[in-house]
Amino acid sequence: MSAVPLDLDNTLERPGERAPLVLGKSDLASITEQVCEIAERPRPSREWWLAFGTSASLTLVLFAMLGYLFWTGLGVWGINQPVAWGFAIINFVFWVGIGHAGTLISAILFLFRQKWRTSINRFAEAMTIFAVICAGLFPAIHVGRPWFEYWLAPLPNQMQMWPNFRSPLLWDVFAVSTYFTVSLMFWYMGMVPDLATLRDRARSKIRQIAYGIAALGWRGSGRHWHRYERAYLLLAALATPLVLSVHSVVSFDFAVSQLPGWHATIFPPYFVAGAIFSGFAMVLTLLIPVRRIFRLESLITPRHLDNMAKIILATGSMVGYSYIIEFFIAWYSGNPYESFTFLNRALGPYAWSYWIMFTCNAIIPQLLWFKRFRQTPGLLLVISIFVNIGMWFERFVIVVTSLSRDFLPSSWGVYWPTWVDLLTFLGSFGLFFTLFLLFLRFLPIVAMAEVKSVVPAAGLELGPHRGHGQYWGEIPHQHDEENER
Amino acid sequence: MSSHADGKGRLWGLLAEYETVPAVLEAAARVRDAGYRHFDVHTPIPIHGLDEAMGIRVSRLPWLVAGCGAAGASAGLLLQWWTNAVDYPFIISAKPYFGLPAAIPVTFELTVLLAAIGAFVGMLVANGLPQFFHPLFRVERFRRASNDRFFISIEARDPRFDPRTTRTLLESSGGKPVLEVEG
Repeated sequence: MSAVPLDLDNTLERPGERAPLVLGKSDLASITEQVCEIAERPRPSREWWLAFGTSASLTLVLFAMLGYLFWTGLGVWGINQPVAWGFAIINFVFWVGIGHAGTLISAILFLFRQKWRTSINRFAEAMTIFAVICAGLFPAIHVGRPWFEYWLAPLPNQMQMWPNFRSPLLWDVFAVSTYFTVSLMFWYMGMVPDLATLRDRARSKIRQIAYGIAALGWRGSGRHWHRYERAYLLLAALATPLVLSVHSVVSFDFAVSQLPGWHATIFPPYFVAGAIFSGFAMVLTLLIPVRRIFRLESLITPRHLDNMAKIILATGSMVGYSYIIEFFIAWYSGNPYESFTFLNRALGPYAWSYWIMFTCNAIIPQLLWFKRFRQTPGLLLVISIFVNIGMWFERFVIVVTSLSRDFLPSSWGVYWPTWVDLLTFLGSFGLFFTLFLLFLRFLPIVAMAEVKSVVPAAGLELGPHRGHGQYWGEIPHQHDEENER
Repeated sequence: MSSHADGKGRLWGLLAEYETVPAVLEAAARVRDAGYRHFDVHTPIPIHGLDEAMGIRVSRLPWLVAGCGAAGASAGLLLQWWTNAVDYPFIISAKPYFGLPAAIPVTFELTVLLAAIGAFVGMLVANGLPQFFHPLFRVERFRRASNDRFFISIEARDPRFDPRTTRTLLESSGGKPVLEVEG
């Protein structure tokens, strides 16, 4: 079987040649073995237990904080007038933004036939699901009375009232719940053939039954694959506008209001670019250690890292451009409130957060112009963590600076989070990592069936006529020549 | 499970194993050309060109998805118009009771949601999934159909099925081994 050298530099572009996307030994069985082995280890490593113990404890902290919040009320948080939106909305926007990378990889890159996505899409989609779970938590708790949650849904109720569909906050409810549902279906559907692989390899009864149920009885039927691929393409086409719409709708929460610093038409594209930027940073933050721990360097190659770094560079530059253009518009509009808001952001009491944001998002990612930073996993990891921090502060800056300076100086105020705010935020990371570690332990973390389709060993790239299959309509005579080559 | 008097299970069909994509494609085309209809190819990866080699008609799933999307769009518009402008009209922020621009986000989301559910559920239902038992799962070798081998199965209920000639067809097309599957 043809084996590509493991240390081949597949980041180079050679005209007329496709760079290999899998290095090392890459026949179908070896890919199955490499990926399934991770989920089949009899017991997890000590590092896994350590990480799981930490994140599960943080999840308990989250639940304790939620219990305290529900029992006592919103006074345990730092919010008050005029800053009535605090950590809850910041964390919501932060987490939902992170989700966008997974959908971009699974839907948009699929439509653009970017085959390198196959090694990372499962991973990134899982991250999307878990990030959106964390995001959905905050709107659900942000009024401190989750038992009134049903007011969000258009359900007939004892008040004889309906939700206000003219409010962007309600649009958000629909946008985020649709996003979660579609992402979950997309992720699960992509996983069905791989779950069947795990079922077929399972030794114990429990694993056979569990994976058997999850795989829905998939048997690789050609008739099934036909409809499956149609449905996958349709889901990709449906999820593509979602990538762009969800964070646009999130930005409407701000942009549709009248507040200086929020009321800006640049918000939807600026938010979408920021979401993809932060999402790819989170993918890299998770992927670089996992790739090393589970020895997946042959599947997730330097080319994959390089491509993701380029997307971070592109979207990061868009975000940096937006920061600068916001200042220009504030000045050019001639609106004194708008100008004041932006001067206050850069020079006022929250200037430190503004400059953390600007440095982490607009300056540090510019290092990715250098190949060395794109291709050294350690350096890339450091940059991606800076981006995560910067993007959280971006939401802090947007929410807090605009609200803390009302139109009348008599209504000005300051906002500081309480320890409950901080522990709730920390706890959401616990929830995210707990779910992620369970994913690493029990599910196929690389889309095997898709990776197998891009290796030469699959024999899918035979001759120049292998377009959409017309060739196989005239078998067998033409085919004999093909075999002799 | 039905059995014959002699204690052996009833023959469900034949299963042939192939090692490579070109081999299974060629064999599938030969089975198709021999006039079989109740046959299937089992592969660990989707293969473009398999549809033609098997003679599968193009799925009508996109029509279902379009229908679901249209239903979602209509439901979204009707819901917003009826709840906010008819059943309980109230003035807020001097906005009209029902304005198309403000109704677009929810309409769009419901369109995508219903269309996506249509694609996912429609695919499963059309494929007859979930189906937790299938005679092929009795075959130990068939476990490699999700790993690195390609299979063709021909069912005994096919009118052209004959244990001997069908086996010859599969063997001459390169299937090795060709196994009997009990139903």
